[in-house]
Formats: sequence, structure tokens, C-alpha cells
Amino acid sequence: MSLDKTGIAKRIAQELRDGWYVNLGIGIPTLVANYIPEGIEVEFQSENGILGMGPFPIDGDEDADLINAGKQTITALKGAAYFDSAMSFSMIRGQHVQLTVLGAMEVAQNGDIANWKIPGKMVKGMGGAMDLVASADNIIVAMMHANRAGQSKLLKECSLPLTGVNCVKKVVSNLAVMDIKDGKFHLVERAPGVSVEEIIAATEGELVVPENVPEMVL
Amino acid sequence: MNKVVENVEVALEGLEDNMTVMLGGFGLCGIPENSIQQMVKTGVKGLTCISNNAGVDDFGLGLLLQEKQIKKMISSYVGENDEFERQMLSGELEVDLIPQGSLAERCRAGGAGIPAFYTPAGFGTEVAEGKEVRDFNGKPHILEMALTADFAIVKAWKGDTEGNLIFKATARNFNPMMAMAGKITVAEVEELVPAGELDPNEIHTPGIFVQRIFQGEKFEKRIEQRTVRPKE
Repeated sequence: MSLDKTGIAKRIAQELRDGWYVNLGIGIPTLVANYIPEGIEVEFQSENGILGMGPFPIDGDEDADLINAGKQTITALKGAAYFDSAMSFSMIRGQHVQLTVLGAMEVAQNGDIANWKIPGKMVKGMGGAMDLVASADNIIVAMMHANRAGQSKLLKECSLPLTGVNCVKKVVSNLAVMDIKDGKFHLVERAPGVSVEEIIAATEGELVVPENVPEMVL
Repeated sequence: MNKVVENVEVALEGLEDNMTVMLGGFGLCGIPENSIQQMVKTGVKGLTCISNNAGVDDFGLGLLLQEKQIKKMISSYVGENDEFERQMLSGELEVDLIPQGSLAERCRAGGAGIPAFYTPAGFGTEVAEGKEVRDFNGKPHILEMALTADFAIVKAWKGDTEGNLIFKATARNFNPMMAMAGKITVAEVEELVPAGELDPNEIHTPGIFVQRIFQGEKFEKRIEQRTVRPKE
């Protein structure tokens, strides 16, 4: 059984470490906040200007002036801070944020990532993604292994306009956890019930497969 | 120095066709709603707008896009604005998409007298095309130029007659940097108070950056993505 979005988020949450400031992108990454392991304290930064982002507000308490980078209404936890966009990206560029989790349309085996534009068809814009991937030391991509047409999103080279180069360190997909190093994908774990063969077949880029590939424990 | 103007009409006097205008806000959060409505009303056109987003189809800067009053957008995110995406893909609208952090810093630099700066954001991507690249500490960076504008229009929560501003929560976003980078900076505020009523310790944007301030007539403060938990 491949993972659903929640499963991907749960697995990424296991990567969190005590004391980290973390930026979560739009989509699956946002869900990571729901599965912080017990005994670990992390603080979420949203690049539109809050540190200490809390859960969605109780129905009726929503405030138009308090949103996250996905434009969703949120709350501020005790000890939160608000700031302007220049200071927000000072935190990001200055490497004060320990982990960035974001989605992608394509990831290449050298760590390149594409997630903002399909020429002639769709342009979302890069938002803060280019600043985040250019500066963060630790970048995890959360995504489905294949696109809707069934083609691999883990490639030898990205075909879409890039968001950043040589930056992704880890990918958690619906099928597997993979590290990126030495210009290759390295299979680390497989999703429950997913075979190594299935992962190899679904990965276009070069994939290094160790002898023993443990199943994820969620 | 008293910066107060009577209303939005006076606040935007001198805003003419083909000018460059910065508008604060992130999504629909912290946008100068009253000024945008007024720009629709006056029909000013050929504008270059610098704003992180372009509102949604029927609110915020989306209103100016609908009326084809904008010639060029300088933004970081098109997002869920269908009309923006359509005009951009069809080539009707000139669009310069730049990373959000670079956009913020370019506005800050413009107001701070820094002509350009190097940033790693965008290296190796379309954004770097035609830009100078230089290595610092073994890492490539690209040169980004400062941005300024004929008008910077910002929205604050509270302001005083001196033009000092306080923003609320995440409605601060781009407003403070843009306020610094306008030849004429207009602030529309939810609450305009006499000088002395705001605590100087709590001012986000000092009045030196603001030329005109007015009390906004009406703030709809539309929410783009209403996400809530059920009452327990």
C-alpha cells in the first residue's frame, strides 16, 4: 500500500528534531504540523510573517489579518512573533531556519527542484520557494512519486524551469524515502507493503538500492 | 508634521497613467483596499504594479487587472488568480516574477539607499538570466537591483497624524518596506489617532517614510482561505 498524503506527512514528521525552527510549504508539507513526535518542541515559521504558528482557529475566531503563506486563517501560539517580509527572509536566507519542507513537480538526482511553472500552461510563481531552497541547509521534498499521467517525478534531469539547483537532500514520496547524495537517489525506506521493484520501476533517475531496505514504521 | 489628508481622493492626487506603484499586502491580507477601489474609479492606466500577489479575480489588485489598468506586474506569486494567469499566458500583461524574499529586499534596498545586493535565491534558474553572478564563500549569488516607485500605497492597522504606523499580525508583510521605497507614500489606516496616542516603542514604520495618511472609509478584509476547526 502506497502512502496517502497523511502518511507522507507522518513520515516527514519523524525527521523533526527538538529545538528546530521549521518552514512548511503549501499542501502536504502543511500537514506535517499535525504529527510532531512526542517530547519534541519545534516552532513553525511562515514566510508571510509569523514565527510560532498555531493550528487553524476555532470556527468563528478567524482573523483576516492572521494567515499563513498558503493564505489560510491560522492562530498564533504563546510566544509567537510577527514580522515583515524582509525580516522573514532574513531568517530564511540567514539560515536561522533549520528545516524546509516543500512540494515539487520534479526532483532530479543531483538535487535540482522544479515547482513553479509549466511553460505555456501554468504559472503559479515561485513565491518564497526560490529563497528557501537557495539558502536552507536541510530541504525535504514531500511529493507523489509519479504525476497524474503516471510519469516519474524523480528524474535524471528536471524538464521544467528550475526553482533551485543542487539543493534537495531528501525526498519522501508515497512509495519511499530517498536521500540525494553524490548525484544519485539513494533508497532509504519503502512504504508499507511496497516492494523495492515497484520503487525502481517508478523512478526514472538513478537509484542506488542497498541490500536491505527497511519498511517505514509510521 | 501633520500628514493627514481628508480622504482617498486627495491621498491619490498626482497618481497618473504609466506610473510605477507599490502596493502592500500578501494575498488579500493587509492590502490598501480603499486606494485600490479609488484607482478603479479614476481609471488610471498603463500602471506598473509592484505587489507580491495580484489579489483574486474580483478583489484587490484583481479589480485593476479586470479593467486592464495594469501594464506590468512585478510579483512573486500568481497563485489562484485566474485572470492574472490568463493575461500573463496570453502575453497581454507583462509580468516579472521574482522570488518573494528578493522582492521584499529589493523594496527595502530601494528605501534604504542600497542600489543593489547579492542573493543566492534564483541562482541557476530563469530568474538569474541576464544578471551578474558572483561567488561569495564558495557559493554563487546573483545581483538584484533595488526597487522604488512613484507611489507606495500601504495599509496599516493604526496610524497617527505624524504618519507613524502600526500593523496588525501578518497584515504587516510587505507594507513596511514599500512604505520606505515610495517617492510619495500613502498610508490608509483602520484607525487614525492624534500624535501622542501611539506608544513610540511600538511604531513599526516611523512617519518620516509617510507623506499622506488617511482613515480608510471601509475595510472588507476578505479572507482568501477560511480554514477553521469545529467548536468543541
